[in-house]
Amino acid sequence: MKYEVPVLDPAPVSTGSVLLEADNMEIQFNLRGRTLTAVRKASLQLRAGETLAIVGESGSGKSVFAKSFLGMLDRNGRISGGTALYRGVNLAALKTEQQWLAIRGRRIAMVFQDPMTALNPLKPVGEQIREAAALHRTMDKEASRLVALEMLERVGISEPERRYKQYPHEFSGGMRQRAVIATAIACGPEILVCDEPTTALDVTIQAQILELIKNLQRDMGMSVLFITHDLGVVAKMADRIAVMYAGQVVEEGMADEIFYDARHPYTWALLASLPQLGIKGEDLFAISGTPPSLFRTIKGDAFAPRNPLALKVDFEYEPPFFQVSPTHRAKTWLLDPRAPKVEMPETVKRLRQKLKDKKAEDIAASGTGKAKARKETSR
Amino acid sequence: MSQEIILSAENMSVTFGSGRKAFRAVNDVSFFVRKGETLSLVGESGSGKTTIGRAIMRVHPISGGAIRWKDTVISGKVNGSAERALRQKIQMIFQDPMASLNERAKIDYIVSEGLYNYKLFTTEAERRAKVEAALLEVGLLPEFASRFPHEFSGGQRQRIGIARALVMEPELLIADEPISALDVSIRAQVINLLNRLKKDRGLSFLFIAHDLSVVRFISDRIAVIYRGKLVELAPAEVLFEHPVHPYTRALLSAVPVPDPEIEKEKCLVVYDPAQHDYSKVAPAWTELSPGHFVYGSDKEIAGWQK
Repeated sequence: MKYEVPVLDPAPVSTGSVLLEADNMEIQFNLRGRTLTAVRKASLQLRAGETLAIVGESGSGKSVFAKSFLGMLDRNGRISGGTALYRGVNLAALKTEQQWLAIRGRRIAMVFQDPMTALNPLKPVGEQIREAAALHRTMDKEASRLVALEMLERVGISEPERRYKQYPHEFSGGMRQRAVIATAIACGPEILVCDEPTTALDVTIQAQILELIKNLQRDMGMSVLFITHDLGVVAKMADRIAVMYAGQVVEEGMADEIFYDARHPYTWALLASLPQLGIKGEDLFAISGTPPSLFRTIKGDAFAPRNPLALKVDFEYEPPFFQVSPTHRAKTWLLDPRAPKVEMPETVKRLRQKLKDKKAEDIAASGTGKAKARKETSR
Repeated sequence: MSQEIILSAENMSVTFGSGRKAFRAVNDVSFFVRKGETLSLVGESGSGKTTIGRAIMRVHPISGGAIRWKDTVISGKVNGSAERALRQKIQMIFQDPMASLNERAKIDYIVSEGLYNYKLFTTEAERRAKVEAALLEVGLLPEFASRFPHEFSGGQRQRIGIARALVMEPELLIADEPISALDVSIRAQVINLLNRLKKDRGLSFLFIAHDLSVVRFISDRIAVIYRGKLVELAPAEVLFEHPVHPYTRALLSAVPVPDPEIEKEKCLVVYDPAQHDYSKVAPAWTELSPGHFVYGSDKEIAGWQK
């Protein structure tokens, strides 16, 4: 059977409208004769020009979910349900490598976690960027070389002419990650998927790389899908946040809404276990137990067994999404009008209190410049 | 916390290679650890923090200065029995719980390997009891002893690594990035465990890490190391509230804070070693205020004192 090469809708997407829409995606893997459902009916919208962060612990399916938009699932994995609509094309229905080549790299590109393994050790770095630039365009060698040099400069690598000829082992970790980013942006993609791009790096280097991704996004007008487990990094990068647990998006909202006004017990637990919010000398809040096995079908709310505040209904029925604000929704029975009032943990309240203070102050100050002064002192 | 100093390094240096190729990984470093406190060493990769930990364990010989355990010098030539005794008193916890446990041994053996080596038991029942106590102490069930490492999650394996160290009844634990490889939700459990051990057993910790948010939470004092040199050492809160050395400031500014408002406005400080003018006056390790040491020239120190 021959598959058609997808035809993308070329109409420009204005900033803020939906660019990529994943709906009820289900992704399964075959492992030693058993079926593991890594992503369980998750939905997501990525808007043009925004940074959406997917947060979750390892095994929550965040990487798998993002990789499915690039057709990069492992051989034993498949999208078993749902759709992912990008410019009129359903990515979930693409089958062949030929089809994917129209999307991957050209439209949606990826930055990997480990820059050591993302580069070919036997090829000069510049050549690898040139390849990426030339792959999707008809371009002679010299023209693509110039593009590669420009990319090197763009990601902050000095002396691009000299660096072009060097091999990955001659680069430091941070420089390598810059080179990986250069290969990703070489074709001017619309969506950049970053899968824990700074986890393998030092804090000082991490800060520089994050800054670089932010600047590139602004200059090139890209949308960024940022995957990480570090809430500090999320706070820096994200416009919107989706929290994933056991293969599902459990809460979704603007960055402020998730940090200051979270509603899902899992999000509370994540925030409360941050050492930055702990009080020295006291125990940190720790989530007991481990995430559920995804080989089995999960009944009710997946987080219920680890949740000390779980209701009876959590073990029986899966909660639907409850809308908190037009941009904020959470998948927990606690938001049902029939649910008992449950208080969020003290630590999370401290973050929330900050937001309330700010709102009150902003109203009181209403443009007298007081709010600005407060921001400066709080730093 | 008592005032008794159990471990001290005096002008310690570690050099790899010799002659023209010699590389000083640790350069003239001095610090001490009191009984029952946590001293953290922070710095980027390649700064020499792990090398310091290993030098104390006598894995790497030192090329200058001295390391003292209580009153005896433990660097350089030490007689066999003293070294043996020392190895029991100082134990290590490693970064990667997947790599640091013997995949082919049961937990029972992994935890009691040190006991066998040091013959710290008289009867089989006593050994079992010790293993069980160590497992319980780190929050694992005694019946786990008959299982293999691959049956455990990352957090549980790290606890096994800690149990293996505890069973030797150490006085100092050198923890080399013990939580970097763990997931956010598991991290809190291990941090709590380390803190509890410090409180209940009066253990001292030399905590080697690069994650400053964790370091602030668990340390009493923090030492910042840059390219083999200590640049600043201060009580944890002092260091976070009043960092003076430009490298410390750069490092602190790079730590992401989980608060979108602060984080989005923050500007990054980049450290440039060229900003120091050490051509005329050599920098020195100076005490700025009680317990707050910094590495700088007289002129810089005068500026920082304000």
